[in-house]
Amino acid sequence: MSKLGVRSVIAVPYIWLLMFFLVPFLIVFKISFSEMQYAIPPYTDLVTWADEVLTINLNLGTYAYLINDDLYIRAYMSSVRIAFFATVCALLIGYPIAYAIARADTATRNALLMLVMLPSWTSFLIRIYAWVGILKNNGLINNGLIGIGIIDEPIAMLNTEFAVYLGIVYAYLPFMVLPIYTNLVKLDNSLLEASADLGCPPWKTFLTVTLPLSKAGIIAGCMLVFIPSVGEFVIPEMLGGAETLMIGKVLWQEFFNNRDWPVASAVAIVMLLLLLVPITFFHRYQARELES
Amino acid sequence: MQTGKLSNWSKWFLSLGFFFLYAPIIILVIFSFNKSELVTVWAGFSFRWYGELFRDPQMLGAAWISLKIAVLAASAAVVLGTMASIVMVRMGAFKGKTAFTSMITAPLVMPEVITGLSLLLLFVAMGQTLGWPGQRGMLTIWIAHVTFCTAFVAVVVSSRLQELDESIEEAAQDLGAPPWKVFFLVTLPIIAPALMSGWLLAFTLSLDDLVIASFVSGPGATTLPMQVFSSVRMGISPQINALATIIIGLASIAVLVAWWIARREGIRAVKISES
Repeated sequence: MSKLGVRSVIAVPYIWLLMFFLVPFLIVFKISFSEMQYAIPPYTDLVTWADEVLTINLNLGTYAYLINDDLYIRAYMSSVRIAFFATVCALLIGYPIAYAIARADTATRNALLMLVMLPSWTSFLIRIYAWVGILKNNGLINNGLIGIGIIDEPIAMLNTEFAVYLGIVYAYLPFMVLPIYTNLVKLDNSLLEASADLGCPPWKTFLTVTLPLSKAGIIAGCMLVFIPSVGEFVIPEMLGGAETLMIGKVLWQEFFNNRDWPVASAVAIVMLLLLLVPITFFHRYQARELES
Repeated sequence: MQTGKLSNWSKWFLSLGFFFLYAPIIILVIFSFNKSELVTVWAGFSFRWYGELFRDPQMLGAAWISLKIAVLAASAAVVLGTMASIVMVRMGAFKGKTAFTSMITAPLVMPEVITGLSLLLLFVAMGQTLGWPGQRGMLTIWIAHVTFCTAFVAVVVSSRLQELDESIEEAAQDLGAPPWKVFFLVTLPIIAPALMSGWLLAFTLSLDDLVIASFVSGPGATTLPMQVFSSVRMGISPQINALATIIIGLASIAVLVAWWIARREGIRAVKISES
């Protein structure tokens, strides 16, 4: 290809991503150091030029505020905890599903895989909304249980942490199944046969051969569930109620309700730092997949 | 991996898994035909909520805006995503390639609140310094959607590009075709199905996005998820069940058609290789 051609093929997506993916983060970083003010835009400038004097106002107050007000620390901790346990649940449910699909013959396999993915092609919001009607106090489960006389009083399920776990596992399960399946399906059968021929019982073959060889799929699946879950807004908002504290919801409220852009920016920066390690982890795996 | 008949154990697990995935959706669909205002008490069959849905100008307006944005965003994302895949798969190392792949993979997992906030702040800063975009609305939502959809398209297309036999492209090149001609006459037709599924993926992602659109939208540009979200916040409404049923129906038809085409292609490929 001509030099110019090569350059422009690289340049167009590169510039787009720099402009609309990287630069925005730098701006968030910048605004996290400014102060809130009642104006348009609602934050102060970091650098001002007045009377031939250049002033740089770096306001570290927002970060001090995040540390001092324990709301934020609690929100970060509970987000990580909820995302972590939801990821473990999704893995425990998703792995056997992926395994069973990979064991099926080719035609069944594709049909099953399509059935796993189909819900995620419909609206995320609507699938979460479906659970509201099921979990409510006068919802399907409570009405059913009262109807058969197991309970007299409805069990509070909506607006609890349990509902948030359920929502995350439900919404993100396909993203756990898909990478594990992709990995398991490539597994060389002769390795399993060799292990069986050498007298290894099936459960041991699974633990010592299948599981370690599907590590890459497990990591990808876990990252695809964990990282977005930490910052999840829709699920805690709709299923978690006022009691569930999650950082995505805090950020949303700082921005839309309090209109405090610097605090929202600082919340985003700290969240990003927290997710840097898992994102790098995911990136390494993806880069190998994309470039190999 | 050993394939064949599913063990009883696998069948049990799959059935439970599919029950979990589909039960809420099926309940949603059933109650969309409920006569009663109460979403959870059955009071007889009726199309009442579909009628109300189609008479709701706000819902229809929002759906129209969402569809326009989704078509335009998916189309742009396919172009950018395909270029990005070629850069990643077909071009050797160059300065800044690691940064490039990071920017492609990071949006896949980036929490939406961060992406939304950062893009909004960019648009505000640009509006202040450059005077563009003066107002936020469909254009800013489109830019935001193109950006994250590009990443998903790039993943789909590059996995297809990797499987592609490079010798076919080399043959065309040896016969004197210039690179752009090789791409449009050889590569593109082969990867066309991947472009199609990339487009569909981007289209549904754009149609489905609530969080990012809420941040970067402005007055007059309310997308369908934003409209649904605000009406759900007011309380549960059977009209949303009707809308959900329509979306689920359309998505199922699209996926089934795609699956059927893929299967037919697969069968044809087997037949060709056997003959």
